[in-house]
Amino acid sequence: MELLTLVTAGSVDDGKSTLIGRLLYETESVTDDQLEAVARSSGRMGLQQTNLALLTDGLRAEREQGITIDVAYRYFTTPSRSFIIADAPGHLQYTRNMVCGASVADLGLLLVDVRAGLTEQTRRHAFLLSLLGVPHWIIAVNKMDLVDYAENAFRRVQDECVQFLSQMRVPDLTFIPVSALNGDNVVTRSERMSWYAGGSILDRLEQVHIRSDRNMVDARLPVQYVLRPQPGELQDYRGYAGRLASGSLRVGDDIVVLPSGMSAGVKSIDTPDGTVSEAFAPTSVSLTLTDDVDVARGDMICRPGNQPAAIQNVDAMICWMDREPVRKGSRLLLKHTSRTVRAQLTEIAYRIDVNTLHREAVESLGANDIARVRLRTAQPVMCDDYQRNRTTGSFILIDPVTARTVAGGMVHSRSSER
Amino acid sequence: MRDNDPNAKSQLKTLIDQSIHIIREATAELEQPALLFSGGKDSTVLAYLARQAFWPTPIPFPALHVDTGHNFPETLEFRDKLLADFGMRLIVVSMPEMIEDGRLAEEPGAASRNRLQGQALVDTVAEHGFDGLFGGARRDEEKARAKERIFSVREEFGQWDPRDQRPELWELYNTRLGSGQSLRIFPLSNWTEADIWRYIEQRNIELPSLYYAHQRHVFERAGMLFAEGPFLPAAEGEQIRELQVRFRTVGDMTCTGAIESTAGTPAQVMEELAVSRLSERGASRADDKFAESAMEERKQEGYF
Repeated sequence: MELLTLVTAGSVDDGKSTLIGRLLYETESVTDDQLEAVARSSGRMGLQQTNLALLTDGLRAEREQGITIDVAYRYFTTPSRSFIIADAPGHLQYTRNMVCGASVADLGLLLVDVRAGLTEQTRRHAFLLSLLGVPHWIIAVNKMDLVDYAENAFRRVQDECVQFLSQMRVPDLTFIPVSALNGDNVVTRSERMSWYAGGSILDRLEQVHIRSDRNMVDARLPVQYVLRPQPGELQDYRGYAGRLASGSLRVGDDIVVLPSGMSAGVKSIDTPDGTVSEAFAPTSVSLTLTDDVDVARGDMICRPGNQPAAIQNVDAMICWMDREPVRKGSRLLLKHTSRTVRAQLTEIAYRIDVNTLHREAVESLGANDIARVRLRTAQPVMCDDYQRNRTTGSFILIDPVTARTVAGGMVHSRSSER
Repeated sequence: MRDNDPNAKSQLKTLIDQSIHIIREATAELEQPALLFSGGKDSTVLAYLARQAFWPTPIPFPALHVDTGHNFPETLEFRDKLLADFGMRLIVVSMPEMIEDGRLAEEPGAASRNRLQGQALVDTVAEHGFDGLFGGARRDEEKARAKERIFSVREEFGQWDPRDQRPELWELYNTRLGSGQSLRIFPLSNWTEADIWRYIEQRNIELPSLYYAHQRHVFERAGMLFAEGPFLPAAEGEQIRELQVRFRTVGDMTCTGAIESTAGTPAQVMEELAVSRLSERGASRADDKFAESAMEERKQEGYF
């Protein structure tokens, strides 16, 4: 059985919590004691009906204020797949949470109110899903019950979205007319929209093909940990442990270790399932090599004929997440795969207005700002373009003084110049 | 499932690869991590994953057990045997000793030492200089946990501040610490109770016998079945019966409830869970029943 991670986007008003509540409820993923707890809370808040949104609002402040602050993770299983829902709040001030949820998602589920059509918020969410390279999208056109399940209302929103999305990269997109409130096209197909030939949201979630999403071409193994020789039988053992970021490695392959450029051959591959002759991303492996070369944490193992760019000027889109703003010249730490290096923000090329997608010249970046920047690193980092490789194309920035994670970044291929 | 096929991205394999990545990342970047080990099924699975992460070399950190003094004897026996097999050093934090010598003050009238556990843990972290503790908590257990990061920062007094968590992107974990801070690391964050049992079945992992159906003297309190014993005697009017039960979670005897069950193998447990209408904590943890925010509050006070 496969595991699919989806991120949800849309504000409270779009019916997102109702939709998630319904998905969980109708797939029998909510237990009686959880329902009772939610019913008790609903009663305390003076609500007439049980509010399924409270299933995901796990913090006391969220329940008291009726808002979602942080990404909540929910789990459910159907006979054909297991799902992780990263439920991200929709408001502008929580852009960073949406970015976090989208960074690990196979699929983005975007809710649009059929009466409101494309709002500023929808534009922002769509932009973020595209920026983070989420490979599959569902746009759920919700509240169809309020427009008498009319096809033309659905088509109008669909056309509007398609036109807007032509400005950005959207690999795979499905539109589904739904009423989260009444359950139309959420888990089961609705009988109230005979004009709609497609399946429900759950049908799509169960069937979407995610196996080919990962880059299986470029062999990349960031070294996480060196397993050192031990007294006795393992006195000559030296293993290089890490998780294959992309591609595959076989016993007998010639490899090169970056940034040193030393070559060797793959002697053995151990995985959680034992010793194998070939391992594929994203398996956690440990390799032994034919030659005694110097390999340390932070190095990258790849094939001689297919290497990432080893660069010190990194061009990237970043999402600034810290409450303290950042200016050109700031000194930061950059963590890319298993390598952390010192870095300086040398240029803020422009900031993107996430509502209009316009570019603006700015002097500093504040919380939730998205900008194109250049960073200079103290040592080379071995990067691929983010759109080609989400693992070797991403990094985080850390404030060396406060130790906080202050930004997430996506490498742009123009970085290849030194 | 063809495990070595790029297309066979089975759910359990994905979770195992992810957990091993997390364990290696924390171990590589932290100075002195330790694994919190209770002898329960989750920390047992975590210990097996740690062994896989560093195989064939030994696990490079010790195990830490905060012993409330109210443990099931089966659990302690199991703990000692497993850690000996794995060659892991065990550090026991004995709460009865800490109460005895005055380092901890027991709440008058409180049967459960759950709340004190937080303080005992924080003191131990300070005493041994641990900068990170691995724990077996899962996000599907409880809704405050559903919001917690995989690498969760704790302040000097062990508190968790849910409103000021570090953003966690991709699988890039920030392990840097400010002064007085330490980390809790949850490699099983994305596992569900069913995944844990699937792994136990697949790898043929031994667990304390409490997890499988057995005859036991129990009494009913607040809608739950409790094991009758020296730490938790039945009150007047609470009738002791001998039933066939098992435990869904194994914690402190004073707050862990049993369920009636005939499941004697991991496969039978999975069948039982598939039709259960109660969550793991709802079925077996009295400590979470007191208030909807019970877990959030205890976490803020330093509880795991």
